[in-house]
Amino acid sequence: MIPQYDIQLDDRGRLRHFLTIDGLSRRLLTEILDQAEGFAGVSEQRVKKVPLCRGKTVANLFFETSTRTRTTFELAAKRLSADVLNLNISLSATAKGETLLDTLRNLEAMHVDTFVVRHPDSGAAHFIARHVAPHVSVINAGDGRHAHPTQAMLDMFTIRRHKGRFSSLRVAIVGDILHSRVARSQILALNTLGTAEVRVIAPRTLLPADVRTLGAHVFHDLAEGIRDVDVVIMLRLQKERMRGALLPSEHEYFQLYGLTEERLQAARPDAIVMHPGPINRGVEMDSQVADGPRSVILQQVTYGIAVRMAVMAMAMGAPPRDAGEPQDE
Amino acid sequence: MNTETDNLPPLPDDAGIDNLIRRMADDLSDLLAERQRHRPVLVGIHTGGVWVAERLHGLLRVEEPPGALDIAFYRDDYTRIGVNPVVQPSHLPFSVDDRHIVLVDDVLYTGRTIRAALNEIFDYGRPASVMLAVLVERPGRELPIAADVAGLHLDLPAGEHVTLTGPDPLGLVLGHTSNRQSRTGD
Repeated sequence: MIPQYDIQLDDRGRLRHFLTIDGLSRRLLTEILDQAEGFAGVSEQRVKKVPLCRGKTVANLFFETSTRTRTTFELAAKRLSADVLNLNISLSATAKGETLLDTLRNLEAMHVDTFVVRHPDSGAAHFIARHVAPHVSVINAGDGRHAHPTQAMLDMFTIRRHKGRFSSLRVAIVGDILHSRVARSQILALNTLGTAEVRVIAPRTLLPADVRTLGAHVFHDLAEGIRDVDVVIMLRLQKERMRGALLPSEHEYFQLYGLTEERLQAARPDAIVMHPGPINRGVEMDSQVADGPRSVILQQVTYGIAVRMAVMAMAMGAPPRDAGEPQDE
Repeated sequence: MNTETDNLPPLPDDAGIDNLIRRMADDLSDLLAERQRHRPVLVGIHTGGVWVAERLHGLLRVEEPPGALDIAFYRDDYTRIGVNPVVQPSHLPFSVDDRHIVLVDDVLYTGRTIRAALNEIFDYGRPASVMLAVLVERPGRELPIAADVAGLHLDLPAGEHVTLTGPDPLGLVLGHTSNRQSRTGD
């Protein structure tokens, strides 16, 4: 592949912004996972904090509500010893007529080092990354239907911890692929890391047109698609994003695509079950599965902190281009 | 990968290093007895310090296996060069509270690594004491830090560095700082 200018990387190929999995190499994704292994150990310390980003300021800019993602980003920044600002933009400045760029300029004037951005529009994090000052890093915490790269990386971390190498794995992603930025990022990450087979299982109405070009085998039947997989990733039915009649009813969806212990029998005996949360119990999966021995859903939350620490530390640590070659010792 | 440096004494090979570590173990035993520090635990700094700590562990009567520290998250040069590649996560298989810790590293130079390691140890708890044992000690301290036990004193010019290779066999390699691939020997 011809190397091209990627806004996410600096001139030495290091992470400056983390906006999408698209365009990142296997080496870089593996580096994120390896760094996260190191940060996972921090929670074993009595002082669950490292001084790495002391003096840095992280602003969580959430234009869309979120509990898990925002709180794990906040905890991750705090465990790096950074200071954290939580801004619920939809309720503050923009409601008074301030433009997005004016909001950004004001935060830059407060010497914020990193923006963690969640936005309902696809491409919002890219837009912000293109307009921030050179010392500021932008991390995408979910933009529209486009990408949610830190979620995908915490899922990769969870899979690697349980299953080791990707090259021998079959992974199935089940549910609302159409509205899911998580699924897009997961498929890209799984393929970049060399996963043997990526499957998507969904009704036709919940599949995007381009899913095959992303590199996934399509199944419409859960029993067929789940056969012999090592990892089952369930997606949340995004009721708030659905317009019109994509689904007959939640009850019928569960009848066809809901994960039960019985259906899980078709997967490999040591298969793990994942879900990015929040779970609609009785819609995407049975409580018995969600709370069962194969579920690693709560570990995903724990690992999310380590992965977000890794991404923030990597992005904040790359000094701007004019800093020159540093002297060691 | 490294350029051999002229005009310096020959460096010990694995057998020579083993002798140095034996002497370090004897010195440590004497010092621990003299200071009445009972039930010490060993903590090596990644990567060379862990190898030295493992050999010391085989020579000293220490119950618990040695701990390992990766000080990447405690370095003082993060804002200048960014995050360091993580070798292995830190792992202390014991509570450090009220214990006598022998901190082990391969090379003591500026003292900045030891400063970082001390900070990290104190994030795990409050040890009763910390002693420092290093395989190679060279001049150039930038902090008030000294080794309690050192295997070898090496007077290297500022542009040179010494690296421990291993784990089996252990070897010492000299090189020019500008050629260095990793940041070791500080």
